[in-house]
Amino acid sequence: MSDSSSESLRRTPLHALHLECGGKMTAFAGYHMPLHYRDGIIKEHLHTRESAGLFDASHMGQMTVRGDGDLASAAAVLEKLMPADFLSLTAGMQRYALLTNSQGGILDDLMAQRLGARFMLVVNAARKRHDFERLRGAFESGGGTVEWLERALLALQGPAAGAVLAGVVDDTNLDDFKFMQAREISVAGVDCIVSRSGYSGEDGFELSVANADAAALARRLLEDSRVQLAGLGARDSLRLEAGLCLHGSDITVATTPVEAGLNWAVAKARRPGGARAGGYPGAEIIAAQLPANTARLRVGLLPAGRAPVRAGAELLCASTAAAVGVVTSGAFSPTLRRPVAMGYVAREYADAGTMYTVVRGKRIEVAAAKLPFVAHRYHR
Amino acid sequence: MKYTEDHEWARAEGDAYRVGITDYAQQQLGDIVYVELPAVGDEVTAGAEAAVVESVKAAGDVKSPLTGVVTEVNAALADAPETVNDDPEGGGWFYQMRATEPAQLDALLDSDAYQKLIDALE
Repeated sequence: MSDSSSESLRRTPLHALHLECGGKMTAFAGYHMPLHYRDGIIKEHLHTRESAGLFDASHMGQMTVRGDGDLASAAAVLEKLMPADFLSLTAGMQRYALLTNSQGGILDDLMAQRLGARFMLVVNAARKRHDFERLRGAFESGGGTVEWLERALLALQGPAAGAVLAGVVDDTNLDDFKFMQAREISVAGVDCIVSRSGYSGEDGFELSVANADAAALARRLLEDSRVQLAGLGARDSLRLEAGLCLHGSDITVATTPVEAGLNWAVAKARRPGGARAGGYPGAEIIAAQLPANTARLRVGLLPAGRAPVRAGAELLCASTAAAVGVVTSGAFSPTLRRPVAMGYVAREYADAGTMYTVVRGKRIEVAAAKLPFVAHRYHR
Repeated sequence: MKYTEDHEWARAEGDAYRVGITDYAQQQLGDIVYVELPAVGDEVTAGAEAAVVESVKAAGDVKSPLTGVVTEVNAALADAPETVNDDPEGGGWFYQMRATEPAQLDALLDSDAYQKLIDALE
């Protein structure tokens, strides 16, 4: 257990609430975070799929980007770092974007939203200092500024999330608040930056809130009987069922957006023939790989039987025993009640590949499978 | 019932011993989704891995409290591994064995000593 070193770990504004609610705490990206609460990962996971889970995502990095004069100057700088279309991002909209390196590898994945005349970025906890320095460096020669937005982040996820939120906001008609939109609204009397998105595959919201208001807002949301706290364990199993990538595991500096099947995160305007084609790190490599010209691809994987197949497991051809891939995430799926995984396999195994892996000396058949394992239910 | 410092238990059942993991162990592991048991006839050694238990997040070893031969396994765990969470020291038993060195039992912890051990961990 990590409790002996918990003194050196950072705490989010919800730390006391986690302990009070029986959080089983663990070290994650330098923070003392709840892996799960009293009910355990499976119940928290299923409750999120059936009703609504409340997650503390305050360890993630939040930043504000502003332009020099107009936002277009800042958009131009961001587009030098990412193959996304920031110029056409209209106020109130959010996009998924990837920071790439000169080899086309993925330095981090993030959400970018435009709020009036500024951008807000939400990046992974373990990469936030790296990302901030990369952005700061890019803005050194002008175009705008980047600064930390030191706030808490709550994620309310699940089919009941819309009804729950409607109960604590002034404008109770949230129907026209669609997936991947963002609004600055008052939630239970607290100013929030709310996006309709998340990391579970369900409808839901991420609420950026001042640190001082975060615990009270979380407690208010928990007053609704449809809402239950859920920890990092459920967050991970939910995103795996939804086929969503975890940076550092499923996408890394050594995987490109095309290998990862994230072509949709390479905007049309930035592709060959687009209005602002290329101009980001690794553009030539990524352009040459589009639409799917890579030796390997990220796929879903279904291991036979009940034994979970974990990250790092090697995948071998069922007939030749040649090494053809590797598992990057693997766990038990509470929804499907069976092991699921994702990983990279040689292209010829991506569609209907029959492979196997060896776990503790035993052969387990593994089939390539379509992602997501559990259908997305976003509010589109 | 006797306990190991690694959170397994052994209980006499006639002239055999039944083996499982403690309530503390199942709490630490969280939701158990898979149990890999030894086969009947396998030789197990005190302190050496005899079974594997997997939770949603991770895999853990189960070490045999005693040396001997496996005579029966709890096959029901294959379809209902969560029984280990629900009833770790009853229906969630792992295997039954014939001890070839029953004197090893004396080196295991009694319930008071085991309780002190987990109190110190919490």
